[in-house]
This record gives sequence, structure tokens and C-alpha cells, in this order.
Amino acid sequence: MVDSKHQWKAWIYLSPAIVLLLIFTVWPIINTVRIAFLEGYNALEAAYGVQFQFGLGNFIKVLQYSDFMTCLKNTMLLTVLTVPISTILALLIAVALNSIKPLQKFLQTIFFLPYVTNSIAIGMVFAAMFNIIGLSPDGMRAESWGIINNVIMFFGGEPVNWINAQSSYAANIAVMTIYIVWNALPFKILILLGGLQSINKQYYEAARVDGTPRWRVLTRITVPLLSPMLVYVVITSFIGGFKEYSSIVGIFGEKMGPVGADLKLNTMVGYIYEALPEMNYGVASAAALVLFGIILVVTLINLQVSKKRVHF
Amino acid sequence: MAKKKDSVVMHERDLQQVSAQQRVMQGVVKAFTYLFLGVMALIVLFPFYWMIISSLKDLAEYRLNVPTLWPQKMVFYNYVEAFETADLAQLFLNTAYVGIVSTILSLVITVLSAFAFARLEFKGKDAMFAALLATMMIPGELFTITNYATINEFGWMKTFTVLIVPFLVSVFYIYLLRQNFMQVPNELYLAAKVDGCGDLKYLWKVMIPLAMPTLISITILKMMGAWNSYVWPRLVANDDAHRLITNGLRNAFTTTTGDVNYPVQMAAVAIVSAPLFLVFLFLRKYIMQGVSRSGIKG
Amino acid sequence: MKVVLQNLTKIFPSRDKKAGKEVVAVNDFTFEIPDGKLIGLLGPSGCGKSTTLYMISGLQKPTGGKIFFGDDDVTELPTESRGVGLVFQNYALYPHMTVKQNILFPLENLKGADRMPKAEMLERAYAAAKLVQIEDLMDRKPGEMSGGQQQRVAIARALVKMPRVLLLDEPLSNLDARLRLQTREEIRRIQRETGITTIFVTHDQEEAMSISDMIVVMKLGVVQQIGAPQEVYDNPLNLFVAKFLGTPPINVFDGTVKDGKLYIGEEAVLDVPGVADQEVTVGIRPEGFVLDENGPLSCKLSSVEVMGRDVSIVSKNAASLNPVVRSIINADNKVDASKEYVRYTLKAHKVFIFNKENEERIYF
Repeated sequence: MVDSKHQWKAWIYLSPAIVLLLIFTVWPIINTVRIAFLEGYNALEAAYGVQFQFGLGNFIKVLQYSDFMTCLKNTMLLTVLTVPISTILALLIAVALNSIKPLQKFLQTIFFLPYVTNSIAIGMVFAAMFNIIGLSPDGMRAESWGIINNVIMFFGGEPVNWINAQSSYAANIAVMTIYIVWNALPFKILILLGGLQSINKQYYEAARVDGTPRWRVLTRITVPLLSPMLVYVVITSFIGGFKEYSSIVGIFGEKMGPVGADLKLNTMVGYIYEALPEMNYGVASAAALVLFGIILVVTLINLQVSKKRVHF
Repeated sequence: MAKKKDSVVMHERDLQQVSAQQRVMQGVVKAFTYLFLGVMALIVLFPFYWMIISSLKDLAEYRLNVPTLWPQKMVFYNYVEAFETADLAQLFLNTAYVGIVSTILSLVITVLSAFAFARLEFKGKDAMFAALLATMMIPGELFTITNYATINEFGWMKTFTVLIVPFLVSVFYIYLLRQNFMQVPNELYLAAKVDGCGDLKYLWKVMIPLAMPTLISITILKMMGAWNSYVWPRLVANDDAHRLITNGLRNAFTTTTGDVNYPVQMAAVAIVSAPLFLVFLFLRKYIMQGVSRSGIKG
Repeated sequence: MKVVLQNLTKIFPSRDKKAGKEVVAVNDFTFEIPDGKLIGLLGPSGCGKSTTLYMISGLQKPTGGKIFFGDDDVTELPTESRGVGLVFQNYALYPHMTVKQNILFPLENLKGADRMPKAEMLERAYAAAKLVQIEDLMDRKPGEMSGGQQQRVAIARALVKMPRVLLLDEPLSNLDARLRLQTREEIRRIQRETGITTIFVTHDQEEAMSISDMIVVMKLGVVQQIGAPQEVYDNPLNLFVAKFLGTPPINVFDGTVKDGKLYIGEEAVLDVPGVADQEVTVGIRPEGFVLDENGPLSCKLSSVEVMGRDVSIVSKNAASLNPVVRSIINADNKVDASKEYVRYTLKAHKVFIFNKENEERIYF
């Protein structure tokens, strides 16, 4: 290829990337770990030359802090709810899309549409759809129940206070789940449909010759052959789920909760960002490492489980 | 398994009936498939529909106890108000500036790095590439804390620099483009060398045209990233002069529940969403290609 | 189970909508396949042989004509109700299942009265595996097996549900030469043992000739000739069939018939009584040449290849339509390779003459 004396050329080409990566990627990794283990590290005090003890204090503080546990619970709950729902729904849609010819491209485009949206902006639309205007103190009357409640009432159901003041935790989580699933579908459908289209058609012809019922084709042939894609989709959506933040900002605003219940729906990432402007870098770093640890563990468990079941 | 003529699969059956049944069954399944897809498509599209028609209603109509599915009287002043309330013009300019500058710089860096990794020989190349890939495993939140401190140190708070520089290098794009470059036969490079064509000229004349689809994908995703970025800009440049569009939108309409002027909010959301839809409409192929290879949003 | 094809036709709509040209893949195919025979569908690629097979399996619907299994009209019957076993060219074994699971799969699909207890399924699966001699490999996955073994598994999977008709799509094309020989004997044996009417598709004439009870030669969707392999070889109906069958291929010459004699070049090589004077195309099988110093056909000697039992003589003739003339004679005949010319007389039953225009056989 190129003479070794021209090595400096390669380094010149790489230098912008290397410099930026050293400052904004490599150093942060080292520094975040360092700070996390310095007791009560605070940027302001550090600026005045205060020395910090090495220890696990930040982690203990994080784990003991009740707000953090709320964030952990919210994050876990949303992840556990949204990952299976969105994956199964995406699988069904992808399989259905793959089985039709007319309108396939058109519907595929529609299902991809939510991907190119701004999760804050469309969150505001969801908020509008679930919002109630002018709820009476006894909760019986409202000026406008909002479109979703109107649909529910049209089918004979009771209106629900989804996201307004005094709304229940279950209702809040339901709205968040719906929104996050809506947001997650396009990516998963795209990946799964791509996977489906790369499965050799002959497996399906063979199954047809053998008179295989549809559900058996799905469970015994499609899903196993799609399993590498499914694992990929599940792992990425677990990671995404643990980093959930801006979809909640989209619906509830920066207060991260219904009116009068700030931070009720705060997540782990939200917790980390809360700590930054207060210069509580030590606690924030510890929280980030805890988050990283959880993601790592969940990913490893995922891979371990899939090793037994996935056909690569 | 010896000679056995009677088949288990076929008993005495009315063949006509079997085939008719099968055809009906197939029709039912097909109808059900389309029904399912149709309903799901409606659910997916409904928020967009609601956003648009709400932005065209006046406040009184929007607040009707039973919402109308189509504006009785179509009004457009919500858009004017949205533009003024959120100072969308300024936000558009800020975002476009950050988006364009960071995309161009990012492309240059990505192309140079990918070229070095794909075509040049130097000590420690493989080790370095592996290290680069390893950084992709770490969630971005881990970097944010120290980066926040770093830019504070640099005095970059509330500047455009802080919105552009920290995210110029995307390891994933370097990886993507390197794979693309690797597919170009090395003979082309050697032939160019023989003809006295320099590296940069070769890169410009041969490699870049060949990798155009990937570069377009990267450009679109990068621009969309600037358009949709929220967390970092809010953290480091949340002032009127530097605020980006998503943050500005959220900032201008802080209340999301209760008695809010939704038609104006929806108009603002529609304005912010419109460029994304246009890009999607015309460059769908590149976006879908880029996304299906990356799995990284924005 | 006899299989009857009646005026079977398949027309594919053109892929290019603007050109609007349809492709007739199979044209008016009528044939009654007798019960319990092994039939080879033979022809170059694109001749419609695979399409025919897929129509019999039900995976493709004919545009016209009918298909009967026995006396049942199955034309409109969906694949799964036809009771056919199909072995795909690349086997289509489910890669995530073991051999046992692959073979059991068709049985597990049976419903209602056809459903059998698990023990019987296993028994059947093992019987099928034994038939194709893979009973030791039952817990392997397809990826861990050789092509030949995969082929056997595919056959076992097709046989396990005791199909009325067994269909094989290019069963040997993915195997190496040695395995091919072995496997084709195997297919013959399995077919004999089960007595299932079997139809296979191949582009390799040697393969079809060696194991089939009957062969069907096809070209561009049209059946050219149907018959026992030897009969088709000995009595081709047209030039295409004559050229397609036989290795080494038949030697083709420009010829003329005049006064009841066949001329190649200037030389009258054979008496062809009763044939009108005309220009013809002459086909001579390689084994149709007899070395004879006084023979009428003279060729310029190029080389002599000794192949043990036989000797292959490569020579040239100005009237030959092939690049060389290849004859095969018994090795007992000594050939002097240094000579410039060889002379032959011809065995009349190995010489075919064809109409120059429509390439139909002219009998003499």
C-alpha cells in the first residue's frame, strides 16, 4: 500500500477526529469514573482547590436518595412495558406487511413516518390529545374531555384523567407507554421487515408443501429465522428504554410530571441532568455509572438468553 | 416405510370443497391482514392528523365538548401567532446554522478518517479502529457530565461552538463510510498513484462519488439530529441568541396540560415538523437505508 | 398414483410492463405419468421443466389445462392438500432445527384425523431416516452436514408424510461429481423401495438417462419427446433431442440427399432409400463410426485419446457443424495417430437425418 515514511499522512487525516475524541469521549470516560469515586465531588469546591476523598460515598448517596429510586422505578417500569409491547406489535406489523403485495410500499412509508418526527414536538400533540380542559373539582364535568376520552366515551367507556393535575400514576404510565411504543415502532418495523425480506422464500414454499398452518409458520419458521434481528431490536430498545427522557419532556414538560407533581415521572437520565447545573458532578457521575452498569448487565443477560435460543 | 399406497394426508375428501374452503380461508386471512394494517396505520397517522386540524381551528371550536373531526371554520392565524410567540424565525436560523456547519465539518472529518482507516497503512491501525468501535458501547450520558464541565472550563457556555464541536466525530459514521470505502477495489487507488494522482484528488474524484449514497444518508441524519437535539442544547446554550428549535418550542409552551391554547401550540408543532416531513418525502430512500444500517436515532 | 397433465400451460406476464411481452413458460403439455415410475423432466435452463414441477406441486397455478392425481382433478387444489413431497434444489432445510425436527415437521402439521401420536411420528421419522441412511445424524443441524447428507434429509422430510407424488427439483446439481453418481443411484433405490411416483427435474441428460423410467425432453416450454431413455436416445424425433442427449454429443454435419444416397461433402456415405432429394442436417452418434480403410467418409485426424475400454478419435471435416468430429471405437482397434486421415463407414442405425428447415427427423 503506502510507504511507511508516509505514515504521517494517515495521522494528519486522523488528527481532527483523534483530538476531538480525546477531549470529548476518552477524557470523559476516565474523568467520569474518577469523579464518581471522589466523595461529594462538586465543581465549585473543586475550583477553589478543595481535595476530595476517594470512596464510594457518591454511589451510596445515589442509591439512598429516594428521588433516584423513583427515577429507577419509572425507568424500569416503562422499559419493561414498552419493550415487549413494541417488539411484538412491530413483529406483527412487519409480518403482515411482508405478506401483502398491493399497498406494501405505501403502508411501509406510513409506518416509518413517526421516525422522522421530533419527540418533543409530537409529545406535545399527544399531550393535547389526552388533555382535559376545565375539569370540575369533583372530577365529574369538564369543558372538553379531549379527543381520546371522547373516543373512549363513544365506545361506552368512562373518561380518564390521563395527564392533568391529580392524574393517577397508572394513567400517566399508560400515556407514556402508548407514546413510547408509537415512537419506537418505525425503527423496529424497518429492521424486522428487512430481516423478513432476507429470509429465503423457499422455506415458506417448503412449509406450504407440508401444509403448515399459519401460526406454526410464524412461531416455528419466521421467528427463529428472524431471531438475530429480534435480539438486535430487543437489545437496542432495552438500551433506549433505560435512557428514556425526552419523550417524557415532550408530554409533561421539563417538570417531568403532571401539574402539582413535579418529577413524578423523572427518569434516570433526567436525574443525571438535574444534578449538572448544581455542579453535583460526583453524584451525577455515580448515577451515570449505575445507569451504565444496569444497561451492561441487561445487555449481557439478553445475549446470554439469546445464545441458547437464537439461531445465527 | 415400505410400499404404502394409501396416503395419510388424503382421505376420501371432496376435493372441490377443500379447495373452495382454502380459498375462502385465504380471503379471510388477507382481509384480516389488511384490516389490521389499516387500523395500525390510522393509529400511527392520527396524531399528525390531529396536529394539523387542531392548528386550523379557532380556540372556541377546539374547546367544544365533543371535538370536531374537521374544522368548521378554517383559520390560519394560529400559525402567525405561533411564529411570534416562539420566535420561530430566530430558532430556525440558529438551528439551520448549527445544522449546516456541523454537518459540513462532520463530513470532512468522517471522510478523512474513514479514508485513513480504509486505505492507508500505519502502525496501530487495527488497535485504534477497535478502540474507536469500543467507544460506541458506552451510553452518551456518561460523557455529558464531563463534557459539561469541560466546556464550562473552555468558556464555551452559550455559544454556537458548544453546539457544534463536541459532536463532530461520530464513530459510527466513520465505521459506515470505511466499510463503504473498503468495497472500492484497491487497484483503483494504486492505479491513481501510478498516474500521479494525489490522495486528496483521488478521494475527491473516486472515493467520494462512489460513496455518495452513504454520504447523503449521513448528511440527512446529521441535519435531522441538529433539528431534533434537545438535551445538550438545553443544558449548555439555553439563551435567546443560541437556542435551537426543539428546545425553543418546549420553552415557548411550557404548560402542556390544563387550559392551554392548543391551536397555537399545534401550529408551532406543525411548523417545526414540516421540514422533517419534506425531507422524508423526498429523501425517504436515504433515510431508511441509513437507519436500517445504523439503528441510531438522529 | 398416476399423474395426468392435460394441456398444461403457464404464461408469465411480462416483467417489463412497457414491453408487454408475455413469457410462455410451459405450452400445452399433455402427458400421463404411469403409477410408481421415476420420470425425468429434462431440458436446458428456461425450458419450463421447473415450472411444470411447481405446477404439479401446486406452488404455481397453471394458466390453462388440468392436473390429475389418479382420477382426482387437483388443478384448483392448494399445495398442502395435494399430498406431494417436494425436494428443493437447495434443500430448504430449516437451519434452526435439527435433522429430527426437520423430518418431524411435516407430520406435526397434520390435523384432525390425520394427526398421529408422538410415538408414531417418531417411528415414522426414524423409518424415513433409515431409508435414506441418516439415522446417525438425527441430532445434527443442517449447517453441520455435507451437501449429500442435507440432500438425504430433504428427501426424508419429503417422504415422511408418505406423499402421493414425490417431486425433486434439480436434486443433484448442488453435489460434487462423485456424490452425484452415488446419490442418483440412491434416488433410484429409494424410489423403487417406496414405489412412489417420482418426478425430477434436471438439465443434465446423463443424470436423467441413467435412472429414469421415462424422460421428457423440453425446449422453450414445448415438450419435444417423451419415452424410455434408450428409446429417446436411439430414436430422436428432432435435431434438438438428438443434440441434447448423449455424451460426447452427437456429431452434426451438413449433408445432401441425392438419388437415395446421403452425401457428406463430396462423399456418398450411406444409402437412404426413399428419401427425396434435398439438403439435410446429418447427426451421427460418436459410436456410429467404424474404422475402415476403404470407408466413404474421410476426416483429417487431429488426435487420438485412449480412455481404457474405448478410444476417442478427434478429427476434422469440412462439412461438420461441430468444431471437431468425435468418434468412439473399441480400444481393440489400433489407430495410427501419425496418419493424416482416417476413413470411416457408418452404422446406419446411428445416423439420423433431419429436415434442414424445421429440424424434424427424416426417416429412411
